[in-house]
Amino acid sequence: MRIAGKGLIDRMRPVSFKFDGKTYQGFKGDNVASALLANGVKLVGRSFKYHRPRGVLTAGSEEPNAMIEVIGASNQTPNVRATVQEIFEGLNTRSQNRWPSLRFDVMAVNDMVSPFLSAGFYYKTFMWPRAFWEAIYEPIIRRAAGLGSLSGKHDEGHYEKAFAFCDVLVIGAGPTGLMAALEAARAGADVILCEEDWLLGGRLLADDAHLDGKPAGEWVAAVEAELKALPNVRLMARTTVTGAYDGGQYSAVERVGLHKGPRPDLPRECFWRITAARTVLAAGALERSIAFPMNDRPGIMLASAVQTYLNKFGVVPGKRVTLFANNDGARAVARQLMAAGVTVAAILDSRTDASAVEDCPVYLGAQVTDTKGRLGLRAITGTHVGGEFALETDLLAVSGGWNPTLHITCHLNGRPRWESSLAAFVPLADAVPHLQAAGACNGAFDTLGCLREGQAAAQAALRGLNRAAADAVLPTAEGLPYVIAPLWQVAGKGRAWLDFANDVTTKDVKLAAQEGYSSVEHMKRYTTQGMAPDQGKNSNVGALAVLADTTGRGIPETGTTTFRPPFVPTSIAVMGAGGRGAGFAPQRFLTSDQASRDRGAPMIEAGLWYRPSYFPKPGEASWLASCNREIGYVRGVVGVCDVSTLGKIDIQGRDAGRFLDLVYTNMFSTLAVGRVRYGLMLRADGYVLDDGTSARLGENHYLMTTTTAAAGLVMRHLDFVHQSECADWDVRFISVTESWAQFAVAGPMARALLNGYLDQPLSDFPFMATRAVTVGGVQARLFRISFSGEEGYEIAVPTRYGEALFRDLVARAETMGGGPYGMEALNVLRIEKGLITHAEIDGRVTAFDIGAAKMVSAKKDCIGKLAATRPGLVGPERAQMVGLKPLGAEKITSGAHLFVPGADLSRMNSQGHISSVGYSPMFDRDLGLGFLVNGRARVGETVRVIDRLRDIDVLAEVCDPVFHDKDGEKLRA
Amino acid sequence: MRYSGLKVITEGLFGNKGWGPAWRNPAPKAEYDAIIIGGGGHGLATAYYLAKNHGLTNIAVLEKGYLGGGNIGRNTTIVRANYYMPGNSEFYSHSLKLWEGLEAELNYNVMHSQRGQLILAHSDGQRDTLARRGNAMINQGDDAELWNLDQVKDFAPYLDFAQTRFPIYGGLMHKRGGTARHDAVAWGYARGADRRGVDLIQNCEVTGIDIVNGVVQGVQTTRGAIRAKKVGMVVAGRSSQVAAMAGMRLPIESHVLQAFVTEGLKPIIDSVISFGMGHFYISQSDKGGLVFGGDLDFYASYAARGNLPMVEHVMEAAMTLMPMIGRAKVLRSWGGIMDMTPDGSPIIDKTPVDGLFVDAGWNYGGFKAAPASGWCMAHLMATGDSHEVARRFRLDRFRTGHVMDEEATGSQHNLH
Amino acid sequence: MRIPCPLCGTRDRREFYYYGSEDYLKRPTDQGTVEDLDNHLFLRDNPAGVTRDVWYHETGCGAWMVVTRNTITHEVLGSELVAKKKEA
Repeated sequence: MRIAGKGLIDRMRPVSFKFDGKTYQGFKGDNVASALLANGVKLVGRSFKYHRPRGVLTAGSEEPNAMIEVIGASNQTPNVRATVQEIFEGLNTRSQNRWPSLRFDVMAVNDMVSPFLSAGFYYKTFMWPRAFWEAIYEPIIRRAAGLGSLSGKHDEGHYEKAFAFCDVLVIGAGPTGLMAALEAARAGADVILCEEDWLLGGRLLADDAHLDGKPAGEWVAAVEAELKALPNVRLMARTTVTGAYDGGQYSAVERVGLHKGPRPDLPRECFWRITAARTVLAAGALERSIAFPMNDRPGIMLASAVQTYLNKFGVVPGKRVTLFANNDGARAVARQLMAAGVTVAAILDSRTDASAVEDCPVYLGAQVTDTKGRLGLRAITGTHVGGEFALETDLLAVSGGWNPTLHITCHLNGRPRWESSLAAFVPLADAVPHLQAAGACNGAFDTLGCLREGQAAAQAALRGLNRAAADAVLPTAEGLPYVIAPLWQVAGKGRAWLDFANDVTTKDVKLAAQEGYSSVEHMKRYTTQGMAPDQGKNSNVGALAVLADTTGRGIPETGTTTFRPPFVPTSIAVMGAGGRGAGFAPQRFLTSDQASRDRGAPMIEAGLWYRPSYFPKPGEASWLASCNREIGYVRGVVGVCDVSTLGKIDIQGRDAGRFLDLVYTNMFSTLAVGRVRYGLMLRADGYVLDDGTSARLGENHYLMTTTTAAAGLVMRHLDFVHQSECADWDVRFISVTESWAQFAVAGPMARALLNGYLDQPLSDFPFMATRAVTVGGVQARLFRISFSGEEGYEIAVPTRYGEALFRDLVARAETMGGGPYGMEALNVLRIEKGLITHAEIDGRVTAFDIGAAKMVSAKKDCIGKLAATRPGLVGPERAQMVGLKPLGAEKITSGAHLFVPGADLSRMNSQGHISSVGYSPMFDRDLGLGFLVNGRARVGETVRVIDRLRDIDVLAEVCDPVFHDKDGEKLRA
Repeated sequence: MRYSGLKVITEGLFGNKGWGPAWRNPAPKAEYDAIIIGGGGHGLATAYYLAKNHGLTNIAVLEKGYLGGGNIGRNTTIVRANYYMPGNSEFYSHSLKLWEGLEAELNYNVMHSQRGQLILAHSDGQRDTLARRGNAMINQGDDAELWNLDQVKDFAPYLDFAQTRFPIYGGLMHKRGGTARHDAVAWGYARGADRRGVDLIQNCEVTGIDIVNGVVQGVQTTRGAIRAKKVGMVVAGRSSQVAAMAGMRLPIESHVLQAFVTEGLKPIIDSVISFGMGHFYISQSDKGGLVFGGDLDFYASYAARGNLPMVEHVMEAAMTLMPMIGRAKVLRSWGGIMDMTPDGSPIIDKTPVDGLFVDAGWNYGGFKAAPASGWCMAHLMATGDSHEVARRFRLDRFRTGHVMDEEATGSQHNLH
Repeated sequence: MRIPCPLCGTRDRREFYYYGSEDYLKRPTDQGTVEDLDNHLFLRDNPAGVTRDVWYHETGCGAWMVVTRNTITHEVLGSELVAKKKEA
């Protein structure tokens, strides 16, 4: 219920929201947990394994129990922490992992048979009969497991990513973080202050602390106002730093729109990549529970959470409160509760030497040994120095001490140090370079200590940045020592939970040790301790202590498991922001793209590029009809194709030819100016890297073309060869792929087309020549090269003229009876001519394999030459490129394997495969290129083409790969 | 102690007091017939099969940390036999057959679940490359189906068929592919080896390998010297360091591969889905977490943790392929240290040192290989000859050029 | 992770392409031996600790550099241009 006069909620602004179909009212400033507790709702979830009724345990993102689904207009979000989700008008939520309802969950039967579901039981059973695993056991387990559910619909939400840089990153805006930020900001450093909550202040607000004798909220407001006014400070509320990475980089998630109703102008979340020269970790500490019997009921909460709900939200979720603690902290909670008019039944202090003087009964040496209340706590029993006790109570506030929130200091593999005086792990100083932990996350649990450490950490950061300290004046504050007597578990009949979310009890940890899973990692993995959504934030230290007790080792010897990013579970959508749809990779469009689409051409992906597949005409029944017509243009008249996707590298300098000699297997320094040569390039390991033509445009000027696929790769390769082998040579080069639009004009009428179009008619211009021309007054480059086997030219103009040139060329071709051709036709044309693409040079292929061994010049060295001589890269046992022609009209497929007729169709007998197939109108059948063991010696043989995935079983003749115009007469015409 | 459903019930009735240790915790002896360095999945499997198949029981596994603490405990748990290259094809086929009998073999439920693995194709060329591979799988005697777009839509309607950056053309379905519970594999082999008398010695780091005149004599450890005439190095992730103790330089570079798991969710992804264009693969564990990963971080590393560029890349791949998982929250990320060989295929071979054997270079595919790796390494150590399904995993294949470049990206360290 | 480019300053790792050990800089010519090739391309010290490896500022200035780094901590200790090294 609400307590008048308490809390930071805005009571003038009521907000209604739904939980499990019922409408509740809270106030602006409430989260779902506080609002439900204010409405008397204690049962909010079910546990993972036993489906036990659960209530709110904490008041933060570490909450293991109160996880809900948020239902949006078009989608739902599972596993939302009710303790973090702020309410807004219209918010719709529901409980999860229960059926048919939260109050009555049939899977709670698991709780009845829990003795049989002990740690790791599933490793010992469900093995017989074998087929039952996938068919019966596993589906049941899968259905029972899991927590919330996804809708299966695309997440249409909007998410963003951003980069930020600063001198000092401060993580957490409690007393430590505010003091650190203030000190660094006043000193003039660029400061980013990230705070997970929507309010700055941290436990100053939750504890109802006083600074300078006034409520701490006043000091917080003053600091916030000052920081806001400074241009060198960025305050980031609702922002959780989720990970530390190398080089001072941190990830953080900002909840931008999750606390509002639908707002199309806002992203739901933003993922920040923050690079900081120095970092102050001021993440505070997390209170931990005690493993006493039946400690998991709704109504049993952490004492600090009870305090937070009281002071931040004006809520006390009980009428008769009991506190159970092993340290002094719970005393302040009890006093604040009593001051607010709440009945405190008793303080149960496990220590025998603590003070018994309070305004309520105090039991010393107390331990809770049992609790009652199925859907909400009703009563507890226990022992104390005076004997046994039994109390009616509906809210038990527990404090087992505090654990510094040091998780981020472990993200670079740092391990924390056990500090026995605090009964807690504390971070090592240099766990993350240039990060200093300060305040509670460093083991300083009093307010004054936090303020001091925050300032000191900022000053250390400033020294590292060569900046003078600002020496801000510290406010006066409480500086009480932290006094704790460890109490990890209470013996008793009932189960005592450690990991609430995963239902791991002290018995499970003991059983793991009994079965030999006694290293901390084995225990974790065998019991699933710490693997639940809170990642052990609430339970790891307790479980470790129980394991240490069980095995007779100390906690430091037992060691810890490690914390890994993210600090809080983070949505895939925000970390993958920008990846949806086409955002995943750049899209590259040809200058002719629109012209092709105007003609109805379907576009297909070629790497990152989009290229026209074919250009349909009315009346054509299929893509094949269009393709065959386009092939006819090139073979019979003239065809036009955009080939701009090929990589183009402009290479200049006195040593340019020498450089090409080093990267190509064959000689380029001897190429005459105005001529073009086909070149083959090897990787350092001797396999084919790429092929293409290079033209010599001038004495010291070459233009290299690469395949579309390898354009970037080749550029990187050239840079490497140049810088590592011959940086002193006079050669420079640059990629000009995007600078030139280039079009193939191919076919018997190609020259006629160009003669009517270029500003000067083509005179003597032999195959493999190049020259500068003009077209419509525009400077252009003309190459006589062919990828089709016909007389062919490629004309290149600056990119801005590409579309116009394409439209012109196509229009002229059409008046001559030709037209544009797409990738399908291009593929058939090159197969007929036996020309390779990366379907053939697939990365495992050598120059020897493609019959190009002679292209490796004996007169000079080149990259990959030595490696290519290794015995495994040459020889008759290697599959060599051949042509394949079916004996009949049957189809063959790329991806089919080749067998000797009559041989068993076993892996051992596979003699090769088909790499490319196209239907050739010229031969009226499919033609293939492929690789066959010792293939060149087997031309004329018949092989069996087998594709068992597509039911192909066809006999084919092994041919020379060049099916069309073997002697190149048409090329040279 | 035999595990069974009945035993679980009777123990449950009596407070689970009767469960004994899964393995002993012996002190090292002064001498063994054989020593296996490395108590990961492969090392434990090697020990198990040395005892089971070859009757060698006076052997020890030396583990510097805890059993199963290497990559067997930090992977994405995928089990498949869908390789193309001769050498890989028969090996992984053998491994999958061992997986299919592993629960019965070990009397330990490793939760091997053949939920199927679907590799998506995003162009005609990719479909044909998958067909070539699928045909190799069938030729080997394994299973494969080439699915068209409609079949993929029926199977995984939640993929983004309309907008994804690389449209889906179809895919290669491997129905016998699936997942298993990773830790259980290590524990099952450990328990099986222990029951056959193998000494599993934890917290025992090997600090030196004793070699006299080119013949191995034993090892130095943090728990004293131990003699053995046969020593197997089965320490993927640290192979170069251990081999250096024998004066060897291996064709291995260590890289970090990150993986991710979400909070538990009700069943939503029923099989393994692989998205080659995004280097992304995903499955859902029996506990409900989505388990997924991507490509290497791409820099030599022993840090067992990664950096943000690859984290983001993996998440972006998820969002373009299956934006329905956008609202699932990543719970934990981790990194495994991969022994990367130049061609992406492993090494199970003798070394130039007599009696010293090496099982290494598992790249990012070691989990599914564990049974066959153990089987073949045991065969090699026991007989001195390579097992027939591991004959091509030669240490010197880079020198000779008989490489097995499964991904066809090149046989250089930087290309895998 | 951030990598210091000798020309551009320290930049995000995602601007760089990683190649591998500086062994890649010792290419044997066609007159070399298979052992030379093995050491150049395949065999690696692969140190757990300080290493020197080759990176490329691919989406930056196009410079290749040798970066001195620690493979356990990911601490970056320095970088130098491959080209400078060669000319010296």
